[in-house]
Amino acid sequence: MEHLLTASFLTALLFGSVTAGVPLLLAGLGEQISEKSGVLNIGIEGMMLFGAYTGFCAAYYSGSFLLGFIGGGLGGMAVALFVVLFCIRFGLNQIVIGIALTLGAEGLTALLQYFQFSREHPTLPASPVLTIPGLADIPVVGPGLFAHDAVVYLAVILVWVLAWTFRSTYVGINLEAAGSKPAALDAAGVSVVKTRAFAVLSTGFLAGIGGAYMANVGAGIFVPFMTGGDGFIGIVLAMLARGKPIWVLLGAALFGVSLSMTTALQVAGVNVPTDVVQMLPFAMVMLVLVIFARHSVLPPALGLPYVRGDRG
Amino acid sequence: MSETTPAVAAVRNITKRFPGVLANDAVTLDFHAGEVHVLLGENGAGKSTLIGILAGMQQPDEGEILVGGKPVRIGSPRESLELGIGTVFQHVLLVPSLTVIENLMLGGDWRRRLGRGPALARFKELSALLGVEIDPDALVGRLSLGEQQQVEIMRALWRGEKLLILDEPTSMLTPQGVRDLGAVMKRLRDKGVALILITHKLAEAYEFGDRISVLRLGKVVGEIGPVRLKSMDESQATDTVIQMMFGNLGGHDRDAEILTGRGRAAHRDRAVDRSGAPRLRVRDLATEAGRGECPLRGVAFDLWPGEVLGIAGIDGNGQKHLAEVLAGQRRLVGGAIAIDGTDVTHDDAPARRGHGVRYVTDERLGEGTVGAFSVATNLVLKEIGAAPFWRKGISDWELIHDHARDLIRRNDIRTPSEKTPVGRLSGGNIQKVLLARELNAAASIAIFNKPTYGLDLQNTRLAHDRILASAREGMAIVVISTDLDELLELSDRVGVMYQGHLAGIVENGPDVERKVGLLMTGAKAA
Amino acid sequence: MSAEANTGTLPQPLPGGSRLRDIRDAALRIGIPVLLALVVGGIILLILGKDPLAYYGYVLHRGLLTWSGLQETLTRMAPLLLIASGLIVAFRAGIWNLGGDGQFLLAAVITAALAPALIGILPQFLNLALCMIVSMLVGALWSVIPAILKARYGINEIITSMMMSFLGTSFANVLIKLLFWDPGTTVPQTRTLPVEDRLPKIYGTTIHSGVIIGLVVIVLVHLMMTRTAFGLKLQVVGANPAAAVHAGLKVGWLTIATFALSAGLIGLAGSVEILGVWGTVRADWNPAFGLLVVPLVFLARFNGYGVIGFTLFFSALMIGGDSAARRVGVPQHFVLVLVALLLIFLAVVEYLDHVRRKRTR
Repeated sequence: MEHLLTASFLTALLFGSVTAGVPLLLAGLGEQISEKSGVLNIGIEGMMLFGAYTGFCAAYYSGSFLLGFIGGGLGGMAVALFVVLFCIRFGLNQIVIGIALTLGAEGLTALLQYFQFSREHPTLPASPVLTIPGLADIPVVGPGLFAHDAVVYLAVILVWVLAWTFRSTYVGINLEAAGSKPAALDAAGVSVVKTRAFAVLSTGFLAGIGGAYMANVGAGIFVPFMTGGDGFIGIVLAMLARGKPIWVLLGAALFGVSLSMTTALQVAGVNVPTDVVQMLPFAMVMLVLVIFARHSVLPPALGLPYVRGDRG
Repeated sequence: MSETTPAVAAVRNITKRFPGVLANDAVTLDFHAGEVHVLLGENGAGKSTLIGILAGMQQPDEGEILVGGKPVRIGSPRESLELGIGTVFQHVLLVPSLTVIENLMLGGDWRRRLGRGPALARFKELSALLGVEIDPDALVGRLSLGEQQQVEIMRALWRGEKLLILDEPTSMLTPQGVRDLGAVMKRLRDKGVALILITHKLAEAYEFGDRISVLRLGKVVGEIGPVRLKSMDESQATDTVIQMMFGNLGGHDRDAEILTGRGRAAHRDRAVDRSGAPRLRVRDLATEAGRGECPLRGVAFDLWPGEVLGIAGIDGNGQKHLAEVLAGQRRLVGGAIAIDGTDVTHDDAPARRGHGVRYVTDERLGEGTVGAFSVATNLVLKEIGAAPFWRKGISDWELIHDHARDLIRRNDIRTPSEKTPVGRLSGGNIQKVLLARELNAAASIAIFNKPTYGLDLQNTRLAHDRILASAREGMAIVVISTDLDELLELSDRVGVMYQGHLAGIVENGPDVERKVGLLMTGAKAA
Repeated sequence: MSAEANTGTLPQPLPGGSRLRDIRDAALRIGIPVLLALVVGGIILLILGKDPLAYYGYVLHRGLLTWSGLQETLTRMAPLLLIASGLIVAFRAGIWNLGGDGQFLLAAVITAALAPALIGILPQFLNLALCMIVSMLVGALWSVIPAILKARYGINEIITSMMMSFLGTSFANVLIKLLFWDPGTTVPQTRTLPVEDRLPKIYGTTIHSGVIIGLVVIVLVHLMMTRTAFGLKLQVVGANPAAAVHAGLKVGWLTIATFALSAGLIGLAGSVEILGVWGTVRADWNPAFGLLVVPLVFLARFNGYGVIGFTLFFSALMIGGDSAARRVGVPQHFVLVLVALLLIFLAVVEYLDHVRRKRTR
């Protein structure tokens, strides 16, 4: 067991945690925006996956990681556009459409991958690393946490940007009103549909970048079904965070560490099925839910379409 | 004010059709600065539609709206606000999880940061204008209903104070709150704001109004200008309005009584025999409150067969919990309930029903019925699984439908068929479904929560008749209502709920209004 | 799934009207989306350089029109029908049990561990019956936490059932690797149930009798929902929980019972798939039927008989699509695209229908 505690193992573990955690962070933050505005965005898994695909395509054909992320964000937004149209504009069932979009994105990206990439399986080169001067020199922690793609730092900064947005901007109170009392927002002269559309498109953008990060930075290749439920974990993180972005960060870190642990343990040749480690974060979240069940709060209008003239 | 002041806003020949209904039929009205213009009319007369049009929630099919003499199109709530038209709706439209100042800032330019400084300045300005004091950083969910309404008025005036529309603003206030609101309206009027006050209470119309317009079936059927109104005393004005509302159309005598609250005493003449044992005895009832609810504390009373106990009080003082506790659908944390001497404290709803307890809820579609289910299903909703409609758990749909057809006929429920989803019926007919389900031969105690809320005059009358008839048959009855006039018409005694307590019970008789009014504000029984 | 529905409301049986018009309406409501989905799917195929007619033709031929294909299709229907019955029970009661995969897999693993161990101890019939009962209990057990959280604290069951599903999927692997690993194999998998001890085949075919179980169960579930007090109670809870409380129904208990029944039936699906087709579970095996069946149940508007038709259609697509992947060069994932398109068009048609009806009302 002693080789588990070596510096290089710990560094790899931390590094892997960040790589695994950042997509979850982006998905969780994105979902949080949707949920705040009253949309339960089950389709986020599809947004991530489609973002992973479009992000990979953009990076692969342009050779630019920046364009890759932008492509990923736009891909996620493209899927989000369906949510805007069907759920927010038409008021159709958010769960059905969410599942349809996830299944559709899974099928479509797998199909496209097959026709485009299944012969050569092209990969991307390692992404450029932005080391934080000073911090990156700290032993073990430095190379684990402070030598990553620029998106990683931006995602972390986004936590505070969002917290500030929720607290001190019109966008923030509009989102809160849309989820908590949409009729009040409407009466104040702000379109509930537009506010929610903005929220869902933001979700799509962030989830898409999260997917692109997985494909371009994490794996360097697009693989069908590669998001593997990360979008759903994002939903869970957003729900548990109760509107506070910092909790999404903590949750994403927890999941990131345990996902990274599964790989690290495999590499280290430890004789525990990786599935046990994979279960840990879910088991912990369920435990948290069971213990703090009384305190779980969701926006009152979550999942309900807004129809002007309906009371509420 | 003379009648020739140019109008701040006006509607000309506004017509609005909904499928099957002509909601507004060529309505023409002027709204003048410094004038409270009262719109009177019963439910369905077209008041709400007209407000909806002015507030930008709906578009008229024909006609035009003039603001400052120029025709305008009000396509959305925002455009309405920007024209200086502010609306306070019947239901609170504030975000409970935001602070007062945040609620007021809602709708500002989203590209900017929250501008707290200017907002606070405007807040102070409006506080002074209204003459009220509220903490701008308090969460709206924590304010009283009266305070929430003041915030609503501020929000309506936030972007300009040309025209303020108040839709039945007194329905949720205490007598004191109504007086405060009256003072606010007078101040605003004297500052030159044009006000529209929607109400169905004639006394309020006379007290606060400078000009009264009466709507009936979507049409303006009469108007009393300021000069003429000033020259009349209250009963003259009332008679004139009633003439307008029902005059040539031969309205039911009691419609007017309900409208003016003059129809009392019909029931009170009959003395209730309280010498025997009470039918219902409750002691020290206490409940646990969820978020935003008011729990019961130490509620106790006795109720005799044939008696009607009215429960007055401002909404949210524990009435809902009281009704649910009596019906057995809410758990008690303390106290005891006995029916005819039998302890039923721990019985659940079906068991209470077995004891003859019936509960006609105020949330007719919210909990009273399943809107998507048929009338027939809803008529047996509280008997699912019981004989004769179910045998060994198997549904006898033929019998259920027969039963429904019978009840529909006997209770004059207007529905295309017994298989029609109940949610498609009108409020009055849904109430008939509830009454038919609850009031049958086995009923001995009935609880009515706001039995006429949202009903038109005819259905209000029918519901009142039904309640009084049940009392005559010997049922013990609790009527919960926020409409004091209704309670005075129906009750033998009136109790007042205040902050979860039963603040006092007074005999219905002379001076009862003053006593009840005092109790509603928390004063001890006079 | 009407337009004013929120995430909790369910389509209701249509009231009144003539039978003929109902059937015509239903045919249009389903036929138009199916047609549109096939057309748009065909356009996608064209863009990818494949001949849609050849593809659809092949799928139809292979999935339904050849004897061996038809047998495979019918065999595939067994687990799907059982999962669909479980989902109908839950969805009609307004409960979103999206944790089907975990319930399915755990039940499958327990069956695969139990059945070979009982050979020789119990006669075949009893062995099979016992495995099915145990698997239902396992599925039900895995739904207990979401059910209690929902019933007691109103916690959104979508999230919790999904979490339990992820947990269950991993746990199934842990069980195989740590407890039930067949020592005779190098890849982690359970012991294999010999073919002669599995569910008997229907006479003269390769179709196992699980299909009959599936059909019987879905008909029973449909009758339970439409003809019994229990079914009506569940529907009241689903359509308006507040009305259920008002009517004196024990909503908490009904929620837990619904969850248990739903998960139990999904567990039975896992058991039948093992007892009928595979005889063993390999680690990391996950057909992920759970989420796939959700659309079918919606397409059928929670009507049990309708589900049978959609399951047949979908099974044929899966089986045909599988071979089409090899023959025509279109990966079977295309089936997912078709299902998604179908759902979206169904939703749109319902929306338009709703708008039209609102206008004429």
